Amino acid sequence: MATVTAGAPRSRHRDHPLWFLVPALAVLVVFFFVPTLFNFVYAFTDWSSFKSAINFAGTDNFVSLFSNGTLLNSLKVTLVYAVLVALFQNLFGLGLALLLERDTAVNRAVRVAFFVPVVMSALAVGYIFQALLKPDGALNGIIGWFTGTEVAIPWLGSTTWTIVVVAIVHAWKWMGLSMLIYLAGLKTIDEDVLEAARLDGASRWTMFRSIRFPLLAPAVTFNVATALLGSMNGFDIVQATTEGGPGGTTELLNIFIFRTFGQGLFAQATTMSLVLFLTVAILAFPVIRYLRKREEVL
Amino acid sequence: MTTVPTRPAAATAAHRAPRRRRRIGQPIAAVLTAAAVLGVPFWLVIATAGKDQGEALDPNLAPPADWRLWENIAQVYADGRMLPALFGSVLVMVPSVVGVLVLGSMAAWILGRRGGRLSAAVYALGISGIVLPPAVVTIVLLLRQLGLAGTALGMIGVYMGMYLSTVIFFVTGFVRTIPHELEEAARVDGAGPVRVFVRIILPLLRPVLATATILICLYIWNDVFYALFVIGGRIDTLPLNLYQVASAGLYLQNWHLIFAYIILMSLPLLITFVVAQRRIISGITGGAVK
Repeated sequence: MATVTAGAPRSRHRDHPLWFLVPALAVLVVFFFVPTLFNFVYAFTDWSSFKSAINFAGTDNFVSLFSNGTLLNSLKVTLVYAVLVALFQNLFGLGLALLLERDTAVNRAVRVAFFVPVVMSALAVGYIFQALLKPDGALNGIIGWFTGTEVAIPWLGSTTWTIVVVAIVHAWKWMGLSMLIYLAGLKTIDEDVLEAARLDGASRWTMFRSIRFPLLAPAVTFNVATALLGSMNGFDIVQATTEGGPGGTTELLNIFIFRTFGQGLFAQATTMSLVLFLTVAILAFPVIRYLRKREEVL
Repeated sequence: MTTVPTRPAAATAAHRAPRRRRRIGQPIAAVLTAAAVLGVPFWLVIATAGKDQGEALDPNLAPPADWRLWENIAQVYADGRMLPALFGSVLVMVPSVVGVLVLGSMAAWILGRRGGRLSAAVYALGISGIVLPPAVVTIVLLLRQLGLAGTALGMIGVYMGMYLSTVIFFVTGFVRTIPHELEEAARVDGAGPVRVFVRIILPLLRPVLATATILICLYIWNDVFYALFVIGGRIDTLPLNLYQVASAGLYLQNWHLIFAYIILMSLPLLITFVVAQRRIISGITGGAVK
């Protein structure tokens, strides 16, 4: 039997020429891979704005950043921030999706409203919350109005809790996007399955826990992965609210990189940039693989 | 992604059926949540932007004694170099987005159609940028060596390097769903690869390119981190100028001007979003959950 397969290998190669790849690869190599390779080189030099020559300096940058504690502090802050953002953004996004699940006119309008922060500049969001969270600011005013007392909580001045507050601000900015993804995920769940469970007398909570949440796995994967990656690369919101303070307790790697770059300590900034690169590279792939595996179990 | 049961048609049909009990509590809860979570911050912005400096010193939720929103907006429009900033933002965003869409689609078409180890390796490299952070410090060094430091071209190159991965990822997946027969038909008529790509493939990619455009525009338009390194102080963009206005404004306690600037700079994207919200929302969700 002579079945004609669409395009034998030879003709397919001519139909899809490799030179179509060249422009994209050229841009990627020049503007992405070469700078990344430079990271591995210039982290081991004394490159700075104070002298024109760049000399090999071995692991001096790593040793000094490690021994004065900034490397481990920034790394810890970045990881804690990423986990907190992923947690809050998904809690808020899922909560909103469940609250606004039905397709009513009110819900559609409220969904659009919750997408407005996603469209706004993160820097602007940071400044808004800096004003809102001042000790004599609006949030304390509202709490004081409810409790009937004068409240002056320094939301952005605690060495312990400010990172949580800033992570919540970050989650506030992006929760509309997570909500949309969860809403789309909820829509893909077969109504017959839910109907069957309802006939079996399953409560709303049981249905959510044993049917709807497991079926949301692809949406969870996407949301957790993007929230983790986005917040590890975070800068704008922290810069606009705390600039890394108080006492360096919210100093993300990118905040450190920006500050040391501004001081002309280019090699140290490069070293931290390399640390960020390696951290993301080491963490991202296992996290994504783990989340994917959870989907496959279903 | 493995077998996730998707039956959108059946699901939405059942969704619309008035099977559930009507509840009055849900709409109230929805509106109250929005008022508390969104209304308070947004009102703070509008109220403070309408005050004079003395009244705005401690931003609070009280309405201004005397609305002077227009005066404040007029002032930041001039002081914040709004028009050059708008121009600069468009200048770096439009070529970057068009560039990644064209180059990314070209690469994705080949990667989606060709099998083999080489394609797989190029694809893996091509999408690695979705996860890996750009080397922001050494990019500045490289741009200096290329003579592109502080130029729009340098910034466009950096953004393209960052977001090509996103386009390649989205479009390659989409290309694989396009039937080969559509290309074959054109080829039988004597069309070469360029013609097939431009006439057949590109038009079919519209939905996925729309999704990518929305996301990438959102990122580039609001980016301040990479812009600070590459073009800070050389070219005005809206977020860069906000950073300057705010850095000066916080020192001088000019909250009314910071918030007036925020309102003004948010308008272009906000208007675009309100006009095209249905398409934007369906575009984003269509691309993410497949």
